Amino acid sequence: MRYAETGFNLEIDLTRGNIEKVATDPKDTELYLGGLGTNAKILWDRVPPEVEPFSPENLLIFGAGLLCGTPATGCNRTIVTTISPQTKLMAFSMMGGFWAPELKYAGYDKVILRGKSPDLVYLWIHNDKVEIRDASHLKGKGSVETAEILLKELDEPKAQVAAIGLAGENRVFYASIEQGRSSASRGGIGAVMGDKGVKAIVVRGTKDINIAEPEEYIGLCNEVLAYIKERDGNPIPGVMPILAGLGSPQEMKVHDEKWHTENFMWGNSRTRIKDFWSDEVEKEWTETLESARTRLISCFNCPMKCGATITMPGLPTYMMKCFTKLTYTFGAFSDLDFGLRIAQQATEYGVDGFSAPQVMAFALELYKDGILTDADFPGMPEDSEGRFYYLLDKIVRREGIGDILADGTYWAAQKIGKGAEEYAHNNIKKHEQLPLKLSMLNPIYFLMYSTGEKINITQIEGQFPQAPFPKREHREKFVEDWIQVPDDKFKQYFLDWEMRGENSNPYYPTVEIACDIVDWQEMMHYIDDALGQCAGLSSFPLKPPYHIHNYPKFISAGAGIDMDEEKLTKAAKRYRTLVRAINIRRGMRRVDEAPPQDHWKKRFPELEEQLLDGYYKLKGWNNDGIPTSESLQELGLDYVSEDFIKRGILKK
Amino acid sequence: MKIVKTIRINVDECNGCRACEVICSAVHAAPKYSSNNPARSRIRIIRDPLRDIYVPVLAGEYTVAECAGRDKYTIDGKDYDECSFCRASCPSREEFHEPDSGLPLKCDMCENEENGPLCVQWCLVDALIYEEREVEVEEEETQEELEIGLEALADKFGMQTILDSVARMSSKER
Repeated sequence: MRYAETGFNLEIDLTRGNIEKVATDPKDTELYLGGLGTNAKILWDRVPPEVEPFSPENLLIFGAGLLCGTPATGCNRTIVTTISPQTKLMAFSMMGGFWAPELKYAGYDKVILRGKSPDLVYLWIHNDKVEIRDASHLKGKGSVETAEILLKELDEPKAQVAAIGLAGENRVFYASIEQGRSSASRGGIGAVMGDKGVKAIVVRGTKDINIAEPEEYIGLCNEVLAYIKERDGNPIPGVMPILAGLGSPQEMKVHDEKWHTENFMWGNSRTRIKDFWSDEVEKEWTETLESARTRLISCFNCPMKCGATITMPGLPTYMMKCFTKLTYTFGAFSDLDFGLRIAQQATEYGVDGFSAPQVMAFALELYKDGILTDADFPGMPEDSEGRFYYLLDKIVRREGIGDILADGTYWAAQKIGKGAEEYAHNNIKKHEQLPLKLSMLNPIYFLMYSTGEKINITQIEGQFPQAPFPKREHREKFVEDWIQVPDDKFKQYFLDWEMRGENSNPYYPTVEIACDIVDWQEMMHYIDDALGQCAGLSSFPLKPPYHIHNYPKFISAGAGIDMDEEKLTKAAKRYRTLVRAINIRRGMRRVDEAPPQDHWKKRFPELEEQLLDGYYKLKGWNNDGIPTSESLQELGLDYVSEDFIKRGILKK
Repeated sequence: MKIVKTIRINVDECNGCRACEVICSAVHAAPKYSSNNPARSRIRIIRDPLRDIYVPVLAGEYTVAECAGRDKYTIDGKDYDECSFCRASCPSREEFHEPDSGLPLKCDMCENEENGPLCVQWCLVDALIYEEREVEVEEEETQEELEIGLEALADKFGMQTILDSVARMSSKER
């Protein structure tokens, strides 16, 4: 018997309309765990670097994490993996919600899509019954609308729906896959789903998930619950409220947006408004959110309420999570009322809440500076809000200038020329980032921004405080119950970190220390992504309930795989290296590993080179960021090494 | 005197996460906690997020047939479907039946658990609160679990079929 996982994947060939239930190799689970880990293995094995994102040969993999569907609190994530049309690299965007556990209860760990359907279809997975069904009546429908129609049509209110909107259908490079209160947004995976002709995947399952050591496992789950309760009542002192608790930053709950509105950038990520927040704004925004928000809501089996049901007067209800609350507001120099209104439309269309507003602000800046002209925007309204609605519509329909903007700022700038490249300034690896510009280089963030292959800072950071605490006594207090550290040296790193002087940014944390910290942070995210655990209870917040010391026990007791800290660390390193190998094989190199040029005002080229050198060395990569043969062999990735040698990427 | 066990359900606090379903199905698995499956849970959340409907319902008595007339409720402007507040394990609904056999499920208030119902313990948002009170009642014979199951099977397949099957199975066993 297989534990925690079902041991089966659904392989769906959309070109031929063929559906197969395929047993998986338990050895792969031991080596790559599940979720992201096994997704990466499949992508390496089956999608060679010559395959274009919109080729039928590209795969779109919906992987439920290894522990999804078990009683482990907050373990509910679907890891969606494909080759991104925007970055041309591996994308592995994730969504919480209810879909992954439902898939497990239906009897599958993954749904693997290949080929292309000639007509728009949806998939209906109901335990052993799996069908490819006509979706012509759903063409052009919104993602929330689609889910509503399908649940009614199938008369299955308990089914879970992952759907694309018009943006996905029209292959917008930052189209999302929406699923109830969650979405897999980054990397344009919705465009690949649209390219494959799949409007939605509906899942309903009523089977059991088995646990290897029941008493042991439930004991671990109860410990986590008790810790969450305890931690909830004791927020961490000395940090901003959104960093003090668990869960993703509680954007749906908080009204005080002074920090975000005054420290993040507005428009095309260039303008800081230092005195934006006033009593008047606070009053207005509080009223807006209070009247729009019906309820704070959660994902499957999780007490954190990171999302909300939002109803703006005159608009259909939708569900929102986290930071999209502010991104449209920032992009359009507008207010919260506008932000929450356009987000409803954007959710139905299915676009990424980071990239979409950035692209529109980019277009308007090009217009302001005369690089794009009136001829590019026929009939565009005068006001900023009206223009955003206008552009959003053009983009998802790929009409006129929208067709160019639909490829994201990097590719749009290439097409527009005339110096437009300078305006696509907030990207890493061709992908739009949070609108944040800072002063002094931070060595930890430099490494995360540069080398992270999630290409999204919020999916890499966490665990270690973002800034030093001013007083040593506060730091001492903080490390007292810091049980999550893999090694006590991390406590010392933090104790020695000062606001000013020798032990402050950019030279402290030192190269070696910064590498250690980033390695730990990244490892925890990668473990989460294999297990299906939400970062909000694990790798993202300070002092989370899940950590390197209890995770091995969860895996042993849950999945029946003999696991300890050392083995888990190595497994995470194995599939993290495999993700890199996939991207290296697709041409990614050191030269691509840089933060947005203007992310920090004060840069230190020599130090930055040292940081990359040090980090690559720690990771077992050569100076160009390529995993070495020795490190690959050590991880049991000999097949990667052989492939690299055959392709001339590594020398024999 | 008898102790009446109650779970106070506060639908306003429910976040719809279904932790109650997870832990209920896990604690009732055999062996305990060896599996989980919300479809087997004796508490289900009637859930319609876009209409802000969240009703945790505990499995009540088994019923042979669905009711002739049903109620629809409108509360605070929200329309609740017929059956939203009903606890019955009834042929008209999917809730409270074993997914494989169709046998009825009934909440036992986790009578063997030291700290009371597990769904309450796992509901950190306080939508479920456990309460006990003493009331005076006349004792009556309670139906055994096996009997409840058999009665349901008889309703479903007919008594004669059940008797025939039992006879056939027992002759095989010999």
